[in-house]
Amino acid sequence: MALFDPTILQSGEYHDWLVQGFILSIQLTVISFAFALPFGALVAVMRTSTSRLLRAVGTTLVESIRNVPLLAHLLFWYFAFPELLPEGLREILYANNPEVVCAVIALTLYSGVHMAEDIRSGIRAVPATQLEAARSLGLGRAAAVRLVLLPQALRASVPPLLSQTVNLWKDTSVATVIGAAEMMYQAARVETASFRSLEAFTFATLAYLTVSLIISAAAYLFQRRYPVRTAA
Amino acid sequence: MIVLDNVNKYYGDYHALVGITERVEKNEVLVVCGPSGSGKSTLIRTLNRLEDIDGGHIAIDGRDIHAKGFDVNALRAGIGFVFQQFNLFPHLTALENCMLAPVQLKRASKAEAREQAMALLDQVGLAHKAGAYPDALSGGQQQRVAIARALAMRPSIMLFDEPTSALDPEMVGEVLQVMRSLAQQGMTMVCVTHEMGFARDVADRIWFMAEGKILEKGAPGDFFANPQHPRAIQFLADRNRN
Amino acid sequence: MLELIDTYWLYFLVGQYPDGPLGGLVLTILLSGAALVLAMPLGLMLGIARVSRRRVVSLPVGAFVQLVRAVPLLLVLFWVYFFLPAVTGVKTSQAMTMLIVLVVFDSVYLAEIVAAGIRALPKGQLESARSLGLDYGQALRHVVLPQTLRHGLPSIVNQLVSTIKATSLGYIIGLSEVSFIATQINTLVFTRSVEVYLILALTYFLLCFGLSRLAFLLERRLQRRPVGAS
Repeated sequence: MALFDPTILQSGEYHDWLVQGFILSIQLTVISFAFALPFGALVAVMRTSTSRLLRAVGTTLVESIRNVPLLAHLLFWYFAFPELLPEGLREILYANNPEVVCAVIALTLYSGVHMAEDIRSGIRAVPATQLEAARSLGLGRAAAVRLVLLPQALRASVPPLLSQTVNLWKDTSVATVIGAAEMMYQAARVETASFRSLEAFTFATLAYLTVSLIISAAAYLFQRRYPVRTAA
Repeated sequence: MIVLDNVNKYYGDYHALVGITERVEKNEVLVVCGPSGSGKSTLIRTLNRLEDIDGGHIAIDGRDIHAKGFDVNALRAGIGFVFQQFNLFPHLTALENCMLAPVQLKRASKAEAREQAMALLDQVGLAHKAGAYPDALSGGQQQRVAIARALAMRPSIMLFDEPTSALDPEMVGEVLQVMRSLAQQGMTMVCVTHEMGFARDVADRIWFMAEGKILEKGAPGDFFANPQHPRAIQFLADRNRN
Repeated sequence: MLELIDTYWLYFLVGQYPDGPLGGLVLTILLSGAALVLAMPLGLMLGIARVSRRRVVSLPVGAFVQLVRAVPLLLVLFWVYFFLPAVTGVKTSQAMTMLIVLVVFDSVYLAEIVAAGIRALPKGQLESARSLGLDYGQALRHVVLPQTLRHGLPSIVNQLVSTIKATSLGYIIGLSEVSFIATQINTLVFTRSVEVYLILALTYFLLCFGLSRLAFLLERRLQRRPVGAS
């Protein structure tokens, strides 16, 4: 048995498993991101709202989700949550890829609250004097927020949000614990079937590295093109 | 004591110091003044190699300070530098600030260093604040501790880079008083400052700088009463108006 | 829920100890604490290397840090778990594997905290230390690092929180940390999944939230002592 046989990475059954795993990892990332970002934005707005109740709800959500590890979230959504569903809904869940559904729920919530914090810090990075200046010109609150606060807040939020996206991409690996057939699951599966752990893990490493670096490169380019220009 | 020979420095394309050739004698008190951006801070910082030069030579006590193998740390131990922003170490008390270098550089035992530090703090009028941390001291007090800290190394030269510019007006006097008594004790001093009263009373010589060059030099009496160079005349007129 | 806690609290807390290796919540806490403490010296060295002006030092370290941060912790865990025994010839326990991986990860993140702290320190601090004649090493030891570590303490506490959460990944290689024990309990009891996992979540929450509040209070306390001239 050769020490490192790259051919299994290029074609054949093991290759197919690994590629399927990679694709599912990407899908998990994209779908979770699509839900997490609006969720995060909503929570960020709640946390910066003038209503004490909304702020309290927002803070509770963030702290209760953030302080529990992703693995525990996945266990909860996969093992405990279905028990809470009425019989009919539970059947539907089990018939439709429950591993992926529960993984998406857990990843959305976990990533979402981190994004909420990033967006919130972006909002706070804009000095209060900016809104004051906008209001002094006669703009109403909604217009001031939309035209002056949000553009600056979003520009400041993008780098940490992209960093959070890299974290989301890496976090999809934990979904293996509930049996989602993403890349780590498939790599372990190849290892068990063929003892080719070196090739399988190398594939996974290169895949994670490549996507992470692409996203980080995007963050770097964004910061070059749209640097955060604060009022001096 | 300090000899500058055709010293040139560039920041990129900007010519910050232009062919400076001058001497500073022992026991002399030299004041360097001029508009902002004239290169005064840059010049004084080259003397203890906080800034390096791009051309020319600087010799202190006859030794070229840029010579190969020259011990920069030994140079700095022999020169006291007082910063505009004080730069006291916030995690150490006033006393510990003054003791750090002598102990670490093996100039004194801990007991000797403490004794000496207390004497110096007393000299600057802050013996009662020896155990205080910098955040408990006013700006003027911090700067006086900074002077004591520099003196703890028994330097032969003291350099002051706008020592009172960051202070509220009512505290400027106490720091200038310390500098005055140092001058009276015969310390060789180079001071970059805007305090023209101090320059008039204490300086032996004044250098007026603008755009990296020393445009005028002379005794304070001559300089203030009868400035020659048009830039110097302009500078003094602006100062007097304010 | 109360009888559940009553029956299983000891198992949840210490696993099979003393009839077996230590497990449960105590294992989680001990592993996290040990990893952070062991990672500190390494993190300090890496952090200093990161800000070094000599590029032959700062670039490889920077590359290593970026590499470790671009890859999931679980992947590193698999690498070490499957390959370390082959390389060293010694079969490493799951706990030891987890500890090694956590130390590597923590030292990388601590390096970033140290590097950021050094960069954030006003330039005048290093300048005045050098002006007194101290060399770079002495200036680091007596002036820069004491301040950097003091200011970095809230971040270090937050790193402990991250480490506690990271130990949960040991589940996947069969480590008997607290999430694994919770699932064992769930298998035994079978009909009370919601309660079991809520208790697990609550345990993590109390531990991690408590520590992050500590970090927050530390940060507040630091801001109340302004340093030097503005």
